[in-house]
Amino acid sequence: MVRRFGVTERALHWVHASGFLVMLATGLILYLPVLSAAIARRNLVKNVHIFAAVGWALAIALVLVLGDRRRLAADWREIEAFDADDRRWLRGRRARQGRFNAGQKVNAILTVAFAVLFAVSGFFLWLGERDHRFLFDGTGTVHETLTLASIALLTGHLYLALIHPSTRHALRGITAGDVSEDWAREHHPKWVEGERGL
Amino acid sequence: MQDRTIGRAAFLGVVGAGVAGLFVGRDALGLLGRLVPDSVEAIVPTSGWRIYTIGNSIPRIDPAAYRLTITGAVERPVTYTLDDLRALPRAEQVSDFHCVTGWSVYDVHWTGIRFRDLLAEAGLRFDAKALRFVSDEVPYDDTLSLPQAFASDAMLALDLDGKPLSAPHGYPARVVMPQMYGYKSVKWVTGIEVQPHLDHVGYWEQRGYDEDAWVGGSNGL
Repeated sequence: MVRRFGVTERALHWVHASGFLVMLATGLILYLPVLSAAIARRNLVKNVHIFAAVGWALAIALVLVLGDRRRLAADWREIEAFDADDRRWLRGRRARQGRFNAGQKVNAILTVAFAVLFAVSGFFLWLGERDHRFLFDGTGTVHETLTLASIALLTGHLYLALIHPSTRHALRGITAGDVSEDWAREHHPKWVEGERGL
Repeated sequence: MQDRTIGRAAFLGVVGAGVAGLFVGRDALGLLGRLVPDSVEAIVPTSGWRIYTIGNSIPRIDPAAYRLTITGAVERPVTYTLDDLRALPRAEQVSDFHCVTGWSVYDVHWTGIRFRDLLAEAGLRFDAKALRFVSDEVPYDDTLSLPQAFASDAMLALDLDGKPLSAPHGYPARVVMPQMYGYKSVKWVTGIEVQPHLDHVGYWEQRGYDEDAWVGGSNGL
């Protein structure tokens, strides 16, 4: 077995995932007419959504304060870097990949960017109700577009993590932290060989 | 280092586009929304009405049992049946509807009763200052001051687009105040309490909404 994700990385993933799922469920009730009408109780659903948002932000901050920030920064540097192999991979060709393949890098970049935009647009939705000077023309539209884009991203992510036979072994990496060396060598050869100094 | 600028640019590009969208997103999506078929639009709205309910379900009012009471600072409290309301002088208008959560519906055709006509029989007492609208969706309520209620485009609406209001839109009677955000336009109105003061704070305002509900200002609507 090889270690893929430490405690901080896994904590960040699951804190974000659980916060996102609570906000997605309540957000869809607030957004989709069928669910709004069926569930009603708008003030209650709204409060759960907003408290989940505050809880999510605090928990993320806590992971960043208490966790291994150096490791997270190294992850982000790795995620941002698209080398020649990554660019080939994105064009649909076979290319040797590092600890994150290019698709995982795109997913991570979009997830973080969406989280930032969800937080900003959500804050202005909340504030705009309280002071209409901060009720911008497109705040709701941005929040809703992010919702739809995130659902698409999440669907692909869940398919690859839970169903697709050749990739679902990766789930072990984000739960237990390690993955089998054979699997890693096949899917992320540059990482395994780099790690072993080969 | 060069490789990193790709990911960095992608990240900043998405965040930048999203922040720009706060100011132009509605127009941009409005154009896209025209390409979306109505069947999809009904499930995932990009424009049009959304139904917000604070109670446990949408009120279903039996028209035969429906009564509208006008009480408070009036000469004579009055109770109207739905037939009584339909016999009062009718007003029609086409106006826009703006929700504080960021969506709007344009050119809505309303038919209903101006508040002056609605209050004529009860007669306002000299100290009357505001109307508190009581909804069948308990405990929802909100108020309009008399000058607001007497705006040329404020009414108690009975019909939407030529047909009686549907239950989700407030059947059988709802307030329409186009110059203010939708939370002032109380649905399922069963009572109008004329108040001798302006102190009453409505349902959403008690929960943080701006007491100044006028549409406009910096949001360009």
